[in-house]
Amino acid sequence: MIWIDTLVQGVLLGGLYALFAVGLSIVFGIMRLVNLAHGDLIVVAAYLILVLVSLTGLSPFVAALLAAPAMAGAGWLLQRHVLNRTLGTDILPPLLVTFGLSIALQNALLEGFSADSQRLPAGPLATASLDLGAVTVGVLPLLTFASAIAVILALNWLFYRTELGRAFRATSDDAVTASLMGIRPATIFATATAIAMLVVTVAALYLGMRSNFDPNIGPARLIYAFEAVIIGGLGSLWGTLAGGIIIGVAQTVGAAINPEWQILAGHVAFLVVLLFRPRGLFPRAVD
Amino acid sequence: MSLLSTHGLTAHYGDFQALFGVDIRVEPGEAVAIIGANGAGKTTLMRSIAGVLRSAPGEVVFRGREIGALDAAAVMGAGLAMVPEGRRLFPSLSVEENLQIGCYGRKAPGPWSLDAIYDLFPILGERRHAPGTALSGGQQQMVAIGRALISNPDLLLCDEISLGLAPVVIRDIYAAVPRIREAGASLVVVEQDIGQALKVADRVYCMMEGRVTLEGTPDTLSREAIHDAYFGVSA
Repeated sequence: MIWIDTLVQGVLLGGLYALFAVGLSIVFGIMRLVNLAHGDLIVVAAYLILVLVSLTGLSPFVAALLAAPAMAGAGWLLQRHVLNRTLGTDILPPLLVTFGLSIALQNALLEGFSADSQRLPAGPLATASLDLGAVTVGVLPLLTFASAIAVILALNWLFYRTELGRAFRATSDDAVTASLMGIRPATIFATATAIAMLVVTVAALYLGMRSNFDPNIGPARLIYAFEAVIIGGLGSLWGTLAGGIIIGVAQTVGAAINPEWQILAGHVAFLVVLLFRPRGLFPRAVD
Repeated sequence: MSLLSTHGLTAHYGDFQALFGVDIRVEPGEAVAIIGANGAGKTTLMRSIAGVLRSAPGEVVFRGREIGALDAAAVMGAGLAMVPEGRRLFPSLSVEENLQIGCYGRKAPGPWSLDAIYDLFPILGERRHAPGTALSGGQQQMVAIGRALISNPDLLLCDEISLGLAPVVIRDIYAAVPRIREAGASLVVVEQDIGQALKVADRVYCMMEGRVTLEGTPDTLSREAIHDAYFGVSA
């Protein structure tokens, strides 16, 4: 039953990639901003949780609860005072600024925490598992996947059932007309980034508990996040989850055949999807 | 005191000047039409009043308050709503959501609510869950008007609401104007269609090349005077 096991592990891994990707997807979806520092912001959040855990001895879950508002506040300020100034008809300034931010964050983390790899202490949870008969799954991967679903459900409720969600979609459609409705696009964008940073903190929590991290792993997380978003189709969060699962399954299947193929298999799956469905699996009807 | 007045209002797009010292006023309860050919500056005037284009503070005065330098969201919050040219519905939002978003920045009590707008334009109630852009042009225009009304504005700016619509549809839409006025809103209507403008307005301004060239009430303005002010031809 090794194949079923491989498949299930891949699906659960996809939950982690979806968590990486959802924040990126929100920011791109609402303000057409490609945040190249997204992966590094996940790493920053992981270090923030690590610092809180080391200082207070709290569990990483509680530390993440404390880190989340701090990350959201930082995201709000970053968007309001830096990234909003880069938005316009030219797509290059946001790319350059977030690329620079990515390098600055990596070096600041190197300076502060050295290149040693770190890990969030998950305690007994790290090795706990659940016997489901045909397969045995880790509790932590299961929690990751459940969190990804919870995050997407919460965000879909926010976007489609609340007044703030309507304002997000309206601003994304047409910022000038939105301002005629009393919406301030600059504030809406800052709020969107703050929400993305909440998701980033959740992603950082599971990243840090499941694997080692060091200041330089951000860009690789960004690539996985990008691939999940593109496979899923822009604008669909469930699509993003599907994209994460496809990459996750491809990686575990690749690794099962030959451990050297793990990373490559994920990227190949991405290219294959692009080849047959250039707009992703679930593109938004109106673009 | 006038509800709205502009004082030497100017507007620029880069080096190009679009308005050269425009003075207009709207009294409480009044309906004012602004007519003029393409490029006369009518839409620029609306955008300047609504705060999409910023001016010097004293160039636009609304209910005694200088609003020229405020942004569009603040102007809307002060009670001045605009139906923008080309309708500009939000494609990601349903009809009902397009209406609901209209009061995002101003929750004022008043005659207009979702139900009141469905009563004014019953077809919108039937199609409330359709995407805004799935509607016909005339129905989309109704949504755009409802979206501006739902914030219960003191003054409603309507920019070219007949643009691109069939005459019968235009008639349906203008049929709503008396009810909007009865409910208490003052009105500024920008029109290229002079006949329509004269029918609906208490007072008319004619614009040409960024200036007001004529002002009067529909019954005192002769066809010739309007023609001259509209095209700049003097006999």
